[in-house]
Amino acid sequence: MDDLYRELIIDRYKTPLFRGELNPHDISFEDDNPLCGDHIRIDLRVDENGRITEAAFSGEGCAISQASADLLIESVIGKSLDEVKQLTKDDVLDLLGIELGPVRLKCALLSLKVLKAGVYGLGEASDDLVE
Amino acid sequence: MTQPRNLIKEFNVDEIRKDFPILTRDVYPGVPLIYLDSTASSQKPIQVIETIERFYRHSYANIHRGIYAVAEEATAYYEEARKKIAKFIGANEPNEIIFTRNTTESINLVAQTWGRMFLREGDTIILTEMEHHSNLVPWQMLAAEKGVILRFIPVDESGFLDLEQYKKLLEFKPKLVAFAQMSNVLGTINPAQEIIELAHQVGAITLIDGAQSVPHYPVNVQDLDADFLAFSGHKMCGPSGIGVLYGKRFLLEAMPPYMGGGDMIKRVTLDSFSTNEIPYKFEAGTPAIAEAVGLGAAVDYLTNIGMDAIIAHEHEVGSYALERLVEIPGVKVYGPDYDKKGAVFSFTLEKVHAHDVSQILDHYGIAVRAGHHCAMPLHEKLGIPATTRASFYLYNKKDEVDQLVEGIYKAKEIFS
Ligand SMILES: Cc1ncc(COP(=O)(O)O)c(C=O)c1O
Repeated sequence: MDDLYRELIIDRYKTPLFRGELNPHDISFEDDNPLCGDHIRIDLRVDENGRITEAAFSGEGCAISQASADLLIESVIGKSLDEVKQLTKDDVLDLLGIELGPVRLKCALLSLKVLKAGVYGLGEASDDLVE
Repeated sequence: MTQPRNLIKEFNVDEIRKDFPILTRDVYPGVPLIYLDSTASSQKPIQVIETIERFYRHSYANIHRGIYAVAEEATAYYEEARKKIAKFIGANEPNEIIFTRNTTESINLVAQTWGRMFLREGDTIILTEMEHHSNLVPWQMLAAEKGVILRFIPVDESGFLDLEQYKKLLEFKPKLVAFAQMSNVLGTINPAQEIIELAHQVGAITLIDGAQSVPHYPVNVQDLDADFLAFSGHKMCGPSGIGVLYGKRFLLEAMPPYMGGGDMIKRVTLDSFSTNEIPYKFEAGTPAIAEAVGLGAAVDYLTNIGMDAIIAHEHEVGSYALERLVEIPGVKVYGPDYDKKGAVFSFTLEKVHAHDVSQILDHYGIAVRAGHHCAMPLHEKLGIPATTRASFYLYNKKDEVDQLVEGIYKAKEIFS
Protein backbone atom coordinates (compact mmCIF):
# COMPACT_ATOMS: atom_id res chain seq x y z
CA MET A 1 0.00 0.00 0.00
CA ASP A 2 2.83 2.32 0.69
CA ASP A 3 3.37 1.84 -3.03
CA LEU A 4 -0.20 2.63 -3.93
CA TYR A 5 -0.29 5.78 -1.90
CA ARG A 6 3.13 7.08 -2.82
CA GLU A 7 3.92 10.45 -1.36
CA LEU A 8 3.74 11.97 -4.82
CA ILE A 9 0.11 10.90 -5.16
CA ILE A 10 -0.92 12.12 -1.73
CA ASP A 11 0.92 15.41 -2.35
CA ARG A 12 -0.63 16.06 -5.72
CA TYR A 13 -4.06 15.14 -4.33
CA LYS A 14 -3.75 17.52 -1.42
CA THR A 15 -1.98 20.34 -3.22
CA PRO A 16 -2.47 20.03 -6.94
CA LEU A 17 -0.44 22.33 -9.17
CA PHE A 18 -2.86 22.55 -12.08
CA ARG A 19 -6.27 22.75 -10.50
CA GLY A 20 -8.58 25.36 -11.93
CA GLU A 21 -10.56 26.38 -14.99
CA LEU A 22 -9.39 28.31 -18.04
CA ASN A 23 -11.90 30.80 -19.39
CA PRO A 24 -11.75 31.35 -22.27
CA HIS A 25 -10.26 28.11 -23.53
CA ASP A 26 -9.82 26.43 -26.88
CA ILE A 27 -10.76 22.97 -25.74
CA SER A 28 -12.81 21.85 -22.76
CA PHE A 29 -14.23 18.47 -21.92
CA GLU A 30 -15.67 16.76 -18.86
CA ASP A 31 -16.79 13.30 -17.85
CA ASP A 32 -17.64 11.10 -14.87
CA ASN A 33 -16.58 7.75 -13.65
CA PRO A 34 -20.00 6.37 -12.71
CA LEU A 35 -18.44 3.69 -10.54
CA CYS A 36 -17.22 6.08 -7.92
CA GLY A 37 -18.58 9.46 -8.81
CA ASP A 38 -15.21 10.85 -9.88
CA HIS A 39 -15.63 13.88 -12.08
CA ILE A 40 -12.95 15.57 -14.18
CA ARG A 41 -13.04 18.61 -16.42
CA ILE A 42 -10.01 19.61 -18.46
CA ASP A 43 -9.50 22.99 -20.18
CA LEU A 44 -6.76 23.64 -22.75
CA ARG A 45 -5.37 26.66 -24.56
CA VAL A 46 -3.68 25.81 -27.83
CA ASP A 47 -1.46 28.01 -30.02
CA GLU A 48 -1.65 28.36 -33.80
CA ASN A 49 0.73 25.42 -34.26
CA GLY A 50 -1.54 23.07 -32.35
CA ARG A 51 0.64 23.10 -29.25
CA ILE A 52 -0.83 23.19 -25.73
CA THR A 53 0.26 26.39 -23.98
CA GLU A 54 -1.91 26.23 -20.89
CA ALA A 55 -3.96 23.52 -19.22
CA ALA A 56 -5.96 23.02 -16.06
CA PHE A 57 -8.31 20.45 -14.52
CA SER A 58 -11.19 20.67 -12.12
CA GLY A 59 -13.53 18.17 -10.52
CA GLU A 60 -13.66 15.90 -7.53
CA GLY A 61 -12.92 12.32 -6.70
CA CYS A 62 -10.49 9.94 -5.10
CA ALA A 63 -6.78 10.58 -4.68
CA ILE A 64 -5.87 8.42 -7.66
CA SER A 65 -8.21 10.20 -10.07
CA GLN A 66 -7.24 13.69 -8.94
CA ALA A 67 -3.51 13.10 -8.68
CA SER A 68 -3.40 11.44 -12.07
CA ALA A 69 -5.20 14.42 -13.61
CA ASP A 70 -2.71 16.82 -12.08
CA LEU A 71 0.29 14.79 -13.26
CA LEU A 72 -1.19 14.31 -16.71
CA ILE A 73 -1.83 18.03 -17.15
CA GLU A 74 1.72 18.76 -16.13
CA SER A 75 3.03 16.31 -18.71
CA VAL A 76 1.03 17.67 -21.67
CA ILE A 77 1.81 21.37 -21.42
CA GLY A 78 4.03 22.14 -24.40
CA LYS A 79 2.97 19.01 -26.26
CA SER A 80 1.19 19.10 -29.59
CA LEU A 81 -2.36 17.81 -29.93
CA ASP A 82 -1.04 15.03 -32.16
CA GLU A 83 1.29 13.93 -29.40
CA VAL A 84 -1.58 13.91 -26.94
CA LYS A 85 -3.52 11.62 -29.27
CA GLN A 86 -0.70 9.08 -28.97
CA LEU A 87 -0.84 8.91 -25.15
CA THR A 88 -1.83 5.56 -23.66
CA LYS A 89 -2.75 3.96 -20.41
CA ASP A 90 0.90 3.11 -19.80
CA ASP A 91 1.91 6.75 -19.97
CA VAL A 92 -0.48 7.54 -17.13
CA LEU A 93 0.67 4.56 -15.09
CA ASP A 94 4.27 5.67 -15.61
CA LEU A 95 3.39 9.09 -14.28
CA LEU A 96 1.73 7.56 -11.23
CA GLY A 97 4.44 4.98 -10.76
CA ILE A 98 2.08 2.37 -9.34
CA GLU A 99 0.18 -0.72 -10.37
CA LEU A 100 -3.59 -0.71 -10.17
CA GLY A 101 -6.43 -3.23 -10.16
CA PRO A 102 -9.17 -2.94 -12.77
CA VAL A 103 -11.50 -0.77 -10.68
CA ARG A 104 -8.92 1.78 -9.65
CA LEU A 105 -7.54 1.81 -13.18
CA LYS A 106 -10.75 3.52 -14.25
CA CYS A 107 -10.10 6.25 -11.66
CA ALA A 108 -6.54 6.68 -12.89
CA LEU A 109 -7.50 6.82 -16.57
CA LEU A 110 -10.47 9.16 -16.33
CA SER A 111 -8.31 12.22 -16.92
CA LEU A 112 -6.67 10.73 -20.03
CA LYS A 113 -10.08 9.77 -21.36
CA VAL A 114 -11.35 13.31 -20.86
CA LEU A 115 -8.23 14.84 -22.36
CA LYS A 116 -8.28 12.69 -25.48
CA ALA A 117 -12.03 13.08 -26.01
CA GLY A 118 -11.50 16.85 -25.89
CA VAL A 119 -8.53 16.80 -28.23
CA TYR A 120 -10.30 14.58 -30.74
CA GLY A 121 -13.35 16.82 -30.45
CA LEU A 122 -15.67 13.91 -29.62
CA GLY A 123 -19.19 14.29 -28.34
CA GLU A 124 -18.74 11.51 -25.82
CA ALA A 125 -15.74 9.97 -24.09
CA SER A 126 -15.18 6.28 -24.65
CA ASP A 127 -13.03 3.71 -22.91
CA ASP A 128 -11.48 2.87 -26.27
CA LEU A 129 -9.49 6.09 -25.97
CA VAL A 130 -7.40 4.69 -23.13
CA GLU A 131 -6.95 1.07 -24.13
CA MET B 1 -31.79 -33.05 0.49
CA THR B 2 -30.51 -30.48 2.95
CA GLN B 3 -29.14 -31.98 6.08
CA PRO B 4 -30.69 -30.36 9.08
CA ARG B 5 -28.08 -28.41 10.92
CA ASN B 6 -27.71 -29.29 14.56
CA LEU B 7 -29.85 -26.79 16.32
CA ILE B 8 -27.69 -24.17 17.87
CA LYS B 9 -29.14 -23.58 21.27
CA GLU B 10 -27.02 -20.59 21.90
CA PHE B 11 -25.81 -18.40 19.12
CA ASN B 12 -22.06 -18.87 18.90
CA VAL B 13 -20.44 -16.80 16.22
CA ASP B 14 -17.25 -18.87 16.23
CA GLU B 15 -19.30 -21.98 15.48
CA ILE B 16 -21.21 -20.12 12.76
CA ARG B 17 -17.97 -18.96 11.17
CA LYS B 18 -16.87 -22.58 10.75
CA ASP B 19 -19.80 -23.02 8.35
CA PHE B 20 -18.36 -20.42 5.96
CA PRO B 21 -15.26 -21.81 4.24
CA ILE B 22 -14.29 -18.50 2.67
CA LEU B 23 -13.79 -16.91 6.08
CA THR B 24 -10.70 -19.02 6.62
CA ARG B 25 -8.85 -17.68 3.59
CA ASP B 26 -6.17 -15.03 3.42
CA VAL B 27 -6.62 -12.23 0.91
CA TYR B 28 -2.94 -11.40 0.91
CA PRO B 29 -0.24 -13.58 2.44
CA GLY B 30 -0.88 -13.56 6.18
CA VAL B 31 -3.85 -11.21 5.88
CA PRO B 32 -7.16 -12.95 6.60
CA LEU B 33 -10.40 -11.89 4.99
CA ILE B 34 -12.62 -9.59 7.03
CA TYR B 35 -15.84 -9.58 5.07
CA LEU B 36 -17.96 -6.51 5.75
CA ASP B 37 -19.92 -6.40 2.50
CA SER B 38 -22.88 -8.70 3.09
CA THR B 39 -25.29 -5.97 2.08
CA ALA B 40 -23.97 -6.36 -1.46
CA SER B 41 -23.91 -10.14 -1.23
CA SER B 42 -23.52 -12.62 1.60
CA GLN B 43 -21.05 -15.46 1.85
CA LYS B 44 -22.25 -19.06 1.59
CA PRO B 45 -22.30 -21.74 4.29
CA ILE B 46 -21.03 -25.21 3.58
CA GLN B 47 -24.59 -26.54 4.00
CA VAL B 48 -25.62 -24.59 0.89
CA ILE B 49 -22.47 -25.36 -1.08
CA GLU B 50 -22.79 -29.08 -0.36
CA THR B 51 -26.47 -29.19 -1.18
CA ILE B 52 -25.76 -27.75 -4.61
CA GLU B 53 -22.86 -30.08 -5.16
CA ARG B 54 -24.88 -33.11 -4.07
CA PHE B 55 -27.72 -32.05 -6.33
CA TYR B 56 -25.44 -31.84 -9.35
CA ARG B 57 -23.66 -35.08 -8.50
CA HIS B 58 -26.74 -37.10 -7.74
CA SER B 59 -30.08 -35.62 -8.70
CA TYR B 60 -29.68 -33.26 -11.65
CA ALA B 61 -31.99 -33.25 -14.66
CA ASN B 62 -34.29 -30.74 -16.24
CA ILE B 63 -37.46 -30.36 -14.23
CA HIS B 64 -41.14 -30.92 -14.99
CA ARG B 65 -42.34 -33.18 -17.80
CA GLY B 66 -39.51 -35.75 -17.44
CA ILE B 67 -40.98 -39.22 -16.87
CA TYR B 68 -37.92 -40.78 -15.36
CA ALA B 69 -36.66 -41.12 -11.84
CA VAL B 70 -33.94 -38.48 -11.83
CA ALA B 71 -36.11 -35.84 -13.49
CA GLU B 72 -38.84 -36.52 -10.99
CA GLU B 73 -36.35 -36.27 -8.17
CA ALA B 74 -34.95 -32.99 -9.50
CA THR B 75 -38.45 -31.60 -9.85
CA ALA B 76 -39.28 -32.63 -6.31
CA TYR B 77 -36.23 -30.83 -4.93
CA TYR B 78 -37.03 -27.70 -6.92
CA GLU B 79 -40.63 -27.65 -5.73
CA GLU B 80 -39.55 -28.49 -2.20
CA ALA B 81 -37.42 -25.34 -2.24
CA ARG B 82 -40.45 -23.32 -3.27
CA LYS B 83 -42.37 -24.72 -0.30
CA LYS B 84 -39.57 -23.87 2.10
CA ILE B 85 -39.44 -20.31 0.85
CA ALA B 86 -43.22 -19.96 1.07
CA LYS B 87 -43.07 -21.06 4.67
CA PHE B 88 -40.10 -18.81 5.43
CA ILE B 89 -41.99 -15.66 4.44
CA GLY B 90 -45.38 -16.84 5.63
CA ALA B 91 -47.01 -17.10 2.20
CA ASN B 92 -50.44 -18.66 2.04
CA GLU B 93 -49.31 -21.24 -0.53
CA PRO B 94 -46.16 -22.20 -2.49
CA ASN B 95 -47.78 -21.19 -5.79
CA GLU B 96 -47.44 -17.58 -4.72
CA ILE B 97 -43.64 -17.98 -4.90
CA ILE B 98 -42.18 -17.22 -8.31
CA PHE B 99 -38.53 -17.94 -8.96
CA THR B 100 -36.67 -15.12 -10.69
CA ARG B 101 -33.00 -14.26 -10.97
CA ASN B 102 -32.96 -11.60 -8.26
CA THR B 103 -34.81 -8.68 -6.69
CA THR B 104 -34.24 -6.62 -9.80
CA GLU B 105 -35.93 -9.14 -12.05
CA SER B 106 -38.79 -9.57 -9.58
CA ILE B 107 -39.51 -5.85 -9.61
CA ASN B 108 -39.19 -5.59 -13.39
CA LEU B 109 -41.59 -8.49 -13.71
CA VAL B 110 -44.24 -6.62 -11.73
CA ALA B 111 -43.63 -3.38 -13.65
CA GLN B 112 -43.77 -5.06 -17.04
CA THR B 113 -46.80 -7.26 -16.39
CA TRP B 114 -49.02 -5.82 -13.65
CA GLY B 115 -47.85 -2.28 -14.33
CA ARG B 116 -48.37 -2.42 -18.06
CA MET B 117 -51.74 -4.03 -17.77
CA PHE B 118 -53.30 -2.05 -14.97
CA LEU B 119 -51.73 1.41 -15.04
CA ARG B 120 -52.96 4.26 -17.20
CA GLU B 121 -51.67 7.66 -18.11
CA GLY B 122 -51.84 10.00 -15.17
CA ASP B 123 -51.89 7.23 -12.54
CA THR B 124 -49.59 7.78 -9.56
CA ILE B 125 -46.93 5.42 -8.22
CA ILE B 126 -45.43 6.29 -4.84
CA LEU B 127 -41.81 5.37 -4.20
CA THR B 128 -39.30 6.72 -1.66
CA GLU B 129 -36.18 8.80 -1.96
CA MET B 130 -34.08 5.99 -0.52
CA GLU B 131 -34.74 3.37 -3.18
CA HIS B 132 -32.09 1.21 -4.75
CA HIS B 133 -31.99 1.83 -8.51
CA SER B 134 -33.73 -1.51 -8.99
CA ASN B 135 -36.87 -0.16 -7.36
CA LEU B 136 -36.67 3.11 -9.25
CA VAL B 137 -35.55 2.60 -12.83
CA PRO B 138 -38.18 -0.06 -13.72
CA TRP B 139 -40.86 2.45 -12.69
CA GLN B 140 -39.15 5.25 -14.59
CA MET B 141 -39.22 3.02 -17.66
CA LEU B 142 -42.90 2.37 -17.12
CA ALA B 143 -43.54 6.08 -16.54
CA ALA B 144 -41.87 6.92 -19.84
CA GLU B 145 -43.95 4.34 -21.65
CA LYS B 146 -47.35 4.87 -20.04
CA GLY B 147 -47.31 8.43 -18.74
CA VAL B 148 -47.53 7.22 -15.15
CA ILE B 149 -46.46 9.78 -12.53
CA LEU B 150 -43.84 8.92 -9.91
CA ARG B 151 -43.99 10.65 -6.54
CA PHE B 152 -41.53 10.18 -3.72
CA ILE B 153 -41.80 9.96 0.05
CA PRO B 154 -39.00 12.26 1.28
CA VAL B 155 -36.21 11.11 3.57
CA ASP B 156 -35.58 13.41 6.54
CA GLU B 157 -32.21 14.40 8.03
CA SER B 158 -32.13 11.45 10.40
CA GLY B 159 -32.67 9.02 7.55
CA PHE B 160 -36.35 8.27 8.17
CA LEU B 161 -39.22 8.46 5.73
CA ASP B 162 -41.45 11.45 6.28
CA LEU B 163 -44.76 9.72 6.90
CA GLU B 164 -46.71 12.96 7.14
CA GLN B 165 -45.66 13.71 3.57
CA TYR B 166 -46.59 10.16 2.65
CA LYS B 167 -50.11 10.72 3.95
CA LYS B 168 -50.37 13.83 1.78
CA LEU B 169 -49.13 11.92 -1.26
CA LEU B 170 -51.87 9.38 -0.72
CA GLU B 171 -54.35 12.06 -1.68
CA PHE B 172 -53.20 11.46 -5.26
CA LYS B 173 -54.88 8.04 -4.95
CA PRO B 174 -51.83 6.04 -6.02
CA LYS B 175 -52.27 2.72 -7.76
CA LEU B 176 -49.02 1.38 -6.32
CA VAL B 177 -46.78 2.06 -3.33
CA ALA B 178 -43.35 0.42 -3.66
CA PHE B 179 -40.64 0.78 -1.04
CA ALA B 180 -37.58 -0.87 0.46
CA GLN B 181 -38.28 -2.40 3.84
CA MET B 182 -34.67 -1.73 4.76
CA SER B 183 -32.36 0.77 3.08
CA ASN B 184 -29.12 -0.64 1.70
CA VAL B 185 -27.36 2.68 2.38
CA LEU B 186 -28.81 4.10 5.59
CA GLY B 187 -29.91 0.81 7.12
CA THR B 188 -33.23 2.46 7.98
CA ILE B 189 -35.99 -0.01 8.71
CA ASN B 190 -39.15 1.42 7.28
CA PRO B 191 -42.51 0.83 9.00
CA ALA B 192 -43.80 -1.58 6.35
CA GLN B 193 -46.99 -2.45 8.16
CA GLU B 194 -48.04 1.17 8.54
CA ILE B 195 -47.08 2.07 4.97
CA ILE B 196 -49.07 -0.86 3.62
CA GLU B 197 -52.11 -0.21 5.79
CA LEU B 198 -52.28 3.40 4.66
CA ALA B 199 -51.80 2.38 1.02
CA HIS B 200 -54.60 -0.16 1.24
CA GLN B 201 -56.94 2.46 2.69
CA VAL B 202 -56.77 4.32 -0.63
CA GLY B 203 -56.94 1.14 -2.67
CA ALA B 204 -53.27 0.98 -3.70
CA ILE B 205 -51.33 -2.22 -4.31
CA THR B 206 -48.04 -2.50 -2.39
CA LEU B 207 -44.65 -3.89 -3.31
CA ILE B 208 -41.93 -4.43 -0.73
CA ASP B 209 -38.32 -4.48 -1.86
CA GLY B 210 -37.16 -7.05 0.66
CA ALA B 211 -33.61 -7.40 -0.68
CA GLN B 212 -32.19 -6.21 2.63
CA SER B 213 -34.95 -7.09 5.08
CA VAL B 214 -35.59 -10.75 4.24
CA PRO B 215 -31.97 -11.88 4.87
CA HIS B 216 -31.90 -10.27 8.31
CA TYR B 217 -35.37 -10.06 9.81
CA PRO B 218 -38.36 -12.33 10.15
CA VAL B 219 -40.66 -11.13 7.37
CA ASN B 220 -44.22 -12.47 7.17
CA VAL B 221 -46.18 -11.41 4.11
CA GLN B 222 -49.53 -12.29 5.63
CA ASP B 223 -48.91 -10.34 8.83
CA LEU B 224 -47.81 -7.40 6.70
CA ASP B 225 -50.63 -7.94 4.21
CA ALA B 226 -48.03 -7.32 1.49
CA ASP B 227 -49.24 -7.65 -2.08
CA PHE B 228 -45.80 -8.19 -3.62
CA LEU B 229 -42.44 -8.94 -2.00
CA ALA B 230 -39.19 -9.12 -3.98
CA PHE B 231 -35.89 -10.49 -2.67
CA SER B 232 -32.60 -12.09 -3.76
CA GLY B 233 -31.10 -15.43 -2.75
CA HIS B 234 -27.51 -14.24 -2.85
CA LYS B 235 -27.93 -11.82 0.04
CA MET B 236 -29.32 -14.50 2.37
CA CYS B 237 -26.64 -17.21 2.22
CA GLY B 238 -28.04 -18.63 -1.00
CA PRO B 239 -26.48 -18.80 -4.46
CA SER B 240 -26.44 -15.97 -6.97
CA GLY B 241 -28.77 -16.22 -9.94
CA ILE B 242 -31.89 -16.99 -7.95
CA GLY B 243 -34.43 -14.59 -6.51
CA VAL B 244 -38.06 -14.56 -5.52
CA LEU B 245 -41.20 -12.67 -6.28
CA TYR B 246 -44.03 -13.27 -3.85
CA GLY B 247 -47.43 -12.10 -5.00
CA LYS B 248 -50.95 -12.65 -3.73
CA ARG B 249 -52.67 -15.30 -5.81
CA PHE B 250 -55.43 -13.02 -7.14
CA LEU B 251 -52.83 -10.53 -8.38
CA LEU B 252 -50.62 -13.12 -10.01
CA GLU B 253 -53.60 -14.71 -11.70
CA ALA B 254 -54.74 -11.40 -13.17
CA MET B 255 -51.29 -10.57 -14.54
CA PRO B 256 -50.21 -11.42 -18.09
CA PRO B 257 -47.08 -13.58 -18.48
CA TYR B 258 -43.66 -11.92 -18.41
CA MET B 259 -41.58 -13.88 -20.92
CA GLY B 260 -42.90 -16.32 -23.43
CA GLY B 261 -41.48 -19.80 -23.97
CA GLY B 262 -41.50 -23.29 -22.55
CA ASP B 263 -43.12 -24.10 -19.21
CA MET B 264 -45.24 -20.96 -19.11
CA ILE B 265 -47.84 -22.38 -21.48
CA LYS B 266 -50.69 -24.85 -21.32
CA ARG B 267 -51.32 -25.27 -25.03
CA VAL B 268 -49.61 -23.79 -28.04
CA THR B 269 -50.78 -23.70 -31.65
CA LEU B 270 -48.97 -21.99 -34.49
CA ASP B 271 -51.08 -18.88 -33.93
CA SER B 272 -51.64 -18.71 -30.21
CA PHE B 273 -50.99 -20.02 -26.74
CA SER B 274 -52.83 -20.33 -23.48
CA THR B 275 -50.90 -19.59 -20.31
CA ASN B 276 -50.06 -22.07 -17.61
CA GLU B 277 -51.13 -21.67 -14.00
CA ILE B 278 -49.19 -19.75 -11.43
CA PRO B 279 -46.33 -19.92 -10.63
CA TYR B 280 -45.30 -21.56 -13.93
CA LYS B 281 -46.87 -18.80 -15.97
CA PHE B 282 -43.96 -16.61 -14.87
CA GLU B 283 -41.19 -19.17 -15.12
CA ALA B 284 -40.56 -19.45 -18.85
CA GLY B 285 -37.62 -21.58 -19.91
CA THR B 286 -35.34 -23.78 -17.85
CA PRO B 287 -34.91 -22.00 -14.54
CA ALA B 288 -31.91 -21.87 -12.21
CA ILE B 289 -32.68 -25.32 -10.84
CA ALA B 290 -29.69 -26.02 -8.63
CA GLU B 291 -29.73 -22.42 -7.43
CA ALA B 292 -33.34 -22.77 -6.33
CA VAL B 293 -32.44 -25.92 -4.46
CA GLY B 294 -29.49 -24.06 -2.94
CA LEU B 295 -31.77 -21.25 -1.83
CA GLY B 296 -33.97 -23.85 -0.15
CA ALA B 297 -30.90 -24.99 1.76
CA ALA B 298 -30.10 -21.39 2.71
CA VAL B 299 -33.61 -20.96 4.09
CA ASP B 300 -33.14 -24.15 6.13
CA TYR B 301 -29.83 -22.86 7.38
CA LEU B 302 -31.23 -19.51 8.50
CA THR B 303 -34.34 -21.11 9.97
CA ASN B 304 -32.36 -23.60 11.99
CA ILE B 305 -30.27 -20.87 13.51
CA GLY B 306 -33.34 -18.72 13.94
CA MET B 307 -33.94 -15.29 12.49
CA ASP B 308 -34.44 -13.89 15.98
CA ALA B 309 -31.04 -15.17 17.08
CA ILE B 310 -29.45 -13.76 13.93
CA ILE B 311 -30.89 -10.32 14.39
CA ALA B 312 -29.97 -10.29 18.07
CA HIS B 313 -26.37 -11.06 17.15
CA GLU B 314 -26.30 -8.45 14.40
CA HIS B 315 -27.72 -5.93 16.80
CA GLU B 316 -24.94 -6.58 19.27
CA VAL B 317 -22.17 -6.30 16.69
CA GLY B 318 -23.91 -3.42 14.93
CA SER B 319 -24.37 -1.29 18.06
CA TYR B 320 -20.72 -1.80 18.88
CA ALA B 321 -19.71 -0.84 15.34
CA LEU B 322 -21.71 2.38 15.43
CA GLU B 323 -20.35 3.27 18.85
CA ARG B 324 -16.77 2.81 17.65
CA LEU B 325 -17.23 4.51 14.29
CA VAL B 326 -18.74 7.72 15.62
CA GLU B 327 -15.83 8.06 18.04
CA ILE B 328 -13.39 8.51 15.15
CA PRO B 329 -12.76 12.21 14.49
CA GLY B 330 -13.74 13.09 10.93
CA VAL B 331 -16.07 10.13 10.48
CA LYS B 332 -19.72 10.84 9.72
CA VAL B 333 -22.12 7.91 9.71
CA TYR B 334 -25.35 8.35 7.75
CA GLY B 335 -28.75 7.06 8.82
CA PRO B 336 -30.73 6.62 12.02
CA ASP B 337 -29.50 5.69 15.48
CA TYR B 338 -28.88 2.08 15.93
CA ASP B 339 -32.14 0.84 17.40
CA LYS B 340 -34.02 1.82 14.25
CA LYS B 341 -31.66 0.44 11.65
CA GLY B 342 -29.95 -2.68 10.45
CA ALA B 343 -26.21 -3.35 10.70
CA VAL B 344 -25.31 -1.23 7.66
CA PHE B 345 -23.04 1.76 8.14
CA SER B 346 -22.33 4.14 5.32
CA PHE B 347 -19.85 6.78 6.31
CA THR B 348 -17.58 9.47 5.04
CA LEU B 349 -14.12 10.28 6.36
CA GLU B 350 -13.13 13.90 6.22
CA LYS B 351 -10.61 14.72 3.48
CA VAL B 352 -10.41 11.11 2.25
CA HIS B 353 -12.49 9.87 -0.66
CA ALA B 354 -14.54 6.71 -0.11
CA HIS B 355 -12.49 4.84 -2.72
CA ASP B 356 -9.25 5.66 -1.00
CA VAL B 357 -10.69 4.53 2.33
CA SER B 358 -11.75 1.19 0.91
CA GLN B 359 -8.46 0.73 -0.93
CA ILE B 360 -6.54 1.20 2.30
CA LEU B 361 -8.92 -1.10 4.19
CA ASP B 362 -8.42 -3.74 1.51
CA HIS B 363 -4.75 -3.72 2.33
CA TYR B 364 -5.74 -5.06 5.76
CA GLY B 365 -8.04 -7.67 4.24
CA ILE B 366 -11.16 -5.67 5.04
CA ALA B 367 -13.80 -5.91 2.31
CA VAL B 368 -16.13 -2.91 2.30
CA ARG B 369 -17.93 -1.17 -0.54
CA ALA B 370 -17.37 2.38 -1.77
CA GLY B 371 -19.53 4.46 -4.06
CA HIS B 372 -23.17 5.35 -4.30
CA HIS B 373 -24.39 1.78 -3.64
CA CYS B 374 -26.89 1.96 -6.50
CA ALA B 375 -28.72 4.81 -4.78
CA MET B 376 -27.52 7.91 -6.61
CA PRO B 377 -30.58 10.06 -5.83
CA LEU B 378 -30.17 9.37 -2.11
CA HIS B 379 -26.50 10.37 -2.21
CA GLU B 380 -27.46 13.51 -4.05
CA LYS B 381 -29.96 14.29 -1.33
CA LEU B 382 -27.28 13.70 1.31
CA GLY B 383 -25.02 15.99 -0.70
CA ILE B 384 -22.15 13.52 -1.03
CA PRO B 385 -20.77 11.79 -4.11
CA ALA B 386 -19.86 8.56 -2.37
CA THR B 387 -19.74 6.76 0.94
CA THR B 388 -17.81 3.81 2.32
CA ARG B 389 -20.16 1.13 3.56
CA ALA B 390 -19.45 -1.55 6.14
CA SER B 391 -22.19 -4.10 6.75
CA PHE B 392 -22.51 -7.02 9.13
CA TYR B 393 -24.19 -10.39 9.05
CA LEU B 394 -24.48 -13.45 11.25
CA TYR B 395 -20.82 -14.43 10.78
CA ASN B 396 -19.26 -11.09 11.73
CA LYS B 397 -17.74 -10.45 15.12
CA LYS B 398 -16.72 -7.54 17.27
CA ASP B 399 -13.00 -8.14 16.61
CA GLU B 400 -13.71 -7.29 13.01
CA VAL B 401 -15.19 -3.97 14.07
CA ASP B 402 -11.95 -3.23 15.91
CA GLN B 403 -9.94 -4.03 12.79
CA LEU B 404 -12.17 -1.80 10.72
CA VAL B 405 -11.67 1.08 13.12
CA GLU B 406 -7.92 0.53 13.11
CA GLY B 407 -7.94 0.57 9.31
CA ILE B 408 -9.83 3.85 9.23
CA TYR B 409 -7.24 5.40 11.56
CA LYS B 410 -4.58 4.17 9.16
CA ALA B 411 -6.34 5.91 6.27
CA LYS B 412 -6.47 9.12 8.29
CA GLU B 413 -2.77 8.84 8.97
CA ILE B 414 -1.86 8.31 5.31
CA PHE B 415 -3.88 11.33 4.25
CA SER B 416 -3.00 13.54 7.20
C1 LIG C 1 -32.57 -2.52 -1.24
C2 LIG C 1 -32.11 -3.27 -2.45
N1 LIG C 1 -32.94 -3.47 -3.47
C3 LIG C 1 -32.59 -4.15 -4.56
C4 LIG C 1 -31.33 -4.67 -4.70
C5 LIG C 1 -30.99 -5.39 -5.97
O1 LIG C 1 -30.71 -6.71 -5.73
P1 LIG C 1 -30.21 -7.63 -6.93
O2 LIG C 1 -28.98 -6.99 -7.46
O3 LIG C 1 -29.95 -8.94 -6.28
O4 LIG C 1 -31.31 -7.68 -7.92
C6 LIG C 1 -30.43 -4.49 -3.67
C7 LIG C 1 -29.05 -5.03 -3.81
O5 LIG C 1 -28.07 -4.39 -3.70
C8 LIG C 1 -30.82 -3.78 -2.53
O6 LIG C 1 -29.96 -3.58 -1.53
